[in-house]
Amino acid sequence: MTIADTARIMEPTRTSNWVPVCRVDELEVERGAAALIDGEQLALFLLHDGSIHAVQQRDPYSGAYVMSRGIVGSRGDAPTVASPMFKQVFDLRTGTCLDTLGKERHDLRTWPVAVEHGIVHIRKDPR
Amino acid sequence: MARDTPPKHARHGAATPSAYRDGMSDNTLTRHLVVVGAGMVAHRFVESVRTRDPEGRWRITVIGEEDRLPYDRVGLTAFFDGASVDDLTLSREHFVDDERVTFLRGDAVVALDRDERRLRTASGTVVEWDELVLATGSYAASLAVDGFHLPGVFVYRTLDDLESLSSWVAERQGALDRPVRGIVVGGGLLGLEAAGALQGMDVECTIIQSSDRLMSAQLDAAGGEALARLIGARGIEVRTGTITTRLDAGPHGGVAQLEFRDGSLAPADVVIFTVGVRPRDELARISGLNVDKRGGIVVDAGCRTSDPSIHAIGEVAAMEGRCVGLVAPGYAMAEVVATRLLGGEAEFPGYDLSTKLKLGGVDVASFGDAFGETPGALDVVYADPVAGVYKKLVLSDDASILLGGILVGDATAYASLRPLIGAKLGGDPSAYLLPETDGARPATGPLPDEALVCSCNAVSAGRIRSAVTDDGCTDVAGVKACTKAGAACGSCLPLVKRLVGAELEAAGVTLSSALCEHFASTRAQLFDQVRVAGLTTFSEIVSRFGTGRGCDICKPVVASILASQGAGHVLDGGRASLQDTNDHVMANLQKDGSYSVVPRIPGGEVTPEGLLVIGQVAKDFGLYTKITGGQRIDLFGARLEQLPDIWQRLVDAGFESGHAYGKSLRTVKSCVGSTWCRFGVQDSVGMAVELELRYRGLRSPHKLKLGVSGCARECAEARGKDVGVIATEQGWNLYVGGNGGFTPRHAQLLAEGLDSETLIRTIDRFLMYYIRTADRLQRTAPWLEELEGGLDALRAVIIDDSLSIVDDLDAAMALHVDAYEDEWKATLDDPEKLKRFASFVNAPTTPDPSLAYTAERGQPRPATDAERETGGVLIAGTTLEVRR
Repeated sequence: MTIADTARIMEPTRTSNWVPVCRVDELEVERGAAALIDGEQLALFLLHDGSIHAVQQRDPYSGAYVMSRGIVGSRGDAPTVASPMFKQVFDLRTGTCLDTLGKERHDLRTWPVAVEHGIVHIRKDPR
Repeated sequence: MARDTPPKHARHGAATPSAYRDGMSDNTLTRHLVVVGAGMVAHRFVESVRTRDPEGRWRITVIGEEDRLPYDRVGLTAFFDGASVDDLTLSREHFVDDERVTFLRGDAVVALDRDERRLRTASGTVVEWDELVLATGSYAASLAVDGFHLPGVFVYRTLDDLESLSSWVAERQGALDRPVRGIVVGGGLLGLEAAGALQGMDVECTIIQSSDRLMSAQLDAAGGEALARLIGARGIEVRTGTITTRLDAGPHGGVAQLEFRDGSLAPADVVIFTVGVRPRDELARISGLNVDKRGGIVVDAGCRTSDPSIHAIGEVAAMEGRCVGLVAPGYAMAEVVATRLLGGEAEFPGYDLSTKLKLGGVDVASFGDAFGETPGALDVVYADPVAGVYKKLVLSDDASILLGGILVGDATAYASLRPLIGAKLGGDPSAYLLPETDGARPATGPLPDEALVCSCNAVSAGRIRSAVTDDGCTDVAGVKACTKAGAACGSCLPLVKRLVGAELEAAGVTLSSALCEHFASTRAQLFDQVRVAGLTTFSEIVSRFGTGRGCDICKPVVASILASQGAGHVLDGGRASLQDTNDHVMANLQKDGSYSVVPRIPGGEVTPEGLLVIGQVAKDFGLYTKITGGQRIDLFGARLEQLPDIWQRLVDAGFESGHAYGKSLRTVKSCVGSTWCRFGVQDSVGMAVELELRYRGLRSPHKLKLGVSGCARECAEARGKDVGVIATEQGWNLYVGGNGGFTPRHAQLLAEGLDSETLIRTIDRFLMYYIRTADRLQRTAPWLEELEGGLDALRAVIIDDSLSIVDDLDAAMALHVDAYEDEWKATLDDPEKLKRFASFVNAPTTPDPSLAYTAERGQPRPATDAERETGGVLIAGTTLEVRR
């Protein structure tokens, strides 16, 4: 999901559920950022290809709100983040846990992201 | 099969005949199993029958003479370390808490009527049996000497014995205005236990042994001598070859002195006899069961006595013509009889006389054919009288099969050797005995399948092997996912890797040494590739030498390689996104997502003013403070957005980053050295400060710890460090390759008597060579172990310059020393870098609302889930005020 695609398809400004979060240039490539939206904590990731992904900030394995501080990378074609706590690896596109390190599988919630006029928006209801 | 058998009755009450007449009637198919004796073996037997007989074919009555629940007699000495009777009591689950088990305690069986299959107890209770099991155990042997029955003379067998002993010693200690003197007669396993118990009660203790050595049933002469030296060093005197002939009373009526065969006397306020045990076979004798001429009830391999309805197990059973006073064979007999009574086939496998004892820090183990009685047996012996270590392996005549062994002073190898009895040792047998290579070491031979590799998730070596051979795992990650080995703390992963590698190699597959899916090279290869190519960014490196976008494995490795090659600040040049969160925010991530902060305190030397600043910062930011093992102070509970403010205060006061977060130099621990210490021969603090300032900020494959001791007393524990320096009159001795942690290692001597300049130059080269060639997350000890040629090869490279690289190593270290800057000061000076410390991109100073703390011992700690739910005692906010 590239920024351009998302913006065109989602038409964020017409839907009241879309919430502006920050400017794209406030995000660093391949380094997450936490966002606080109505008391809910999200982790935003700007990738090398320009796409932006939003997942829950809470690490399901440790319960700590730290996902934005994980290392971004790839597993095969999947863009990933590794939890900084116990290093479980998640697909940033779907939130699917790709490497549970022997634990029960827990996935991350994800949110639709769109960019309008250089502003990153999140659609509040999770997909 | 219905018999008029006793019903269930009150569990703890004394048995009375009337208790048997009223009560329930049992299922007529149920048979009645009666156990005489309620010790450890009886307990194990009942537990085994009950857990394997869910349909309740057997109803069990246990009759015990002691008025107690079965307890751990092997762990008896723990009683003097503060263990309560409850702590020693064995599980009630399949015993008194089981409704099919009736326990008559405090009552002794006095007669068996084998024809009618019924017995009578001292209280007059009559119990009928379908099957009878005698587990009456042993009593402590006595000596036929005058004064044996004086007050103050004890045996060491039951909890009652220990309670009487304990109160006697307390009474004597109150009555005497000098230390109480104790003598233990008998230097076997139990005698050593008893001596430890006396010492635990502050009694001055001597062991009197009639034979020529301690533990003569388990140890050979040299082993006994080594043990006596170790025991002596712990303040327990040992007299061997000494026969006690008489005990005399003092004015208070209790024992006061012992007389020996040579006419000598020894004063004693308390005496314990541990001169062996005798089987309690009197019931068998009066009932006409066959009894061995040396005592004990004669049983066959199925533990059956001369009466087919009666079995005997444990210390009372004379199997193969002898009784053995160890619990393990008793347990084996209990399992044999349980199996047979439940319809199975089982035979006693033979005595395993292996023993392991740990007494006041002294390790002793004896296993298998410890005396080399097998024809043609060979001994391999390692002895270091100074260190108090004696180890012997007994091998078959071709030195290939392990038959047994003796370990004194260091029995760490016991766990891995004992399962190997009767098996091929593999590798050089001496490798199991030499220091630093004890224990489970696949480099010297295969680890037994039973050996526990991952203690967090209880994964054995065999399970790891089967993950490769049966489950088709082809790498460590697969084995980790499949078995959970290394999934918790990860400290066993190097061992897992070697096991997996060996298993794959055996299957004709070589273990990939690739860093991860993005880089096919090892860390050492990548280090050279990057150095030669002169690359400085991850994008360049991954596009040239790898694939994809990297991951949490290779990115920090590349960051570390670039840092070791003098790339500059960890957050510059696009390297920020490569760093683990710890390096990224230059603090240590804690379980709740907050961080801890450790300012550098070189050599552990800190001014009062410095301490005040640290204390004030902790107080103002509400941080939990704890002294670390590396002689500095850790401040916990700092939120991401607080880190710059905290560090501004610390940097203003002259502190700098302690790199506690990095795979880098942590600390150089020191003792106070010759400047203050009466014994110090060199200025260890000065050297530690110099080394810490030289290597601060040095990135490496794993953390690095150093230590400097000012004399051979080694108060800085330098030999537990990657680099340990110990002062002598002649200069500095340099040790390398030590560590604590999961697999503790003592550092090995690399060079002796160095002057300060040579010392530093040698450490420079050691560290740089390690940094260049070690694997990812490989500490110096395993690196050195895998280095071909070991310590000698290392000396050749860094001292004799066999590879002509020392100039290069020296230059690399010089570059590091010159380029060092404090990461935190540089961060505070750069507004761009400070942006990274926003808590939220859309609310940069709002604290993480999930953080919650509660007070404990006057300081904050993360609240538990339960505390969060109840909402009590929580404290949160920008500052955590705990005290006023």
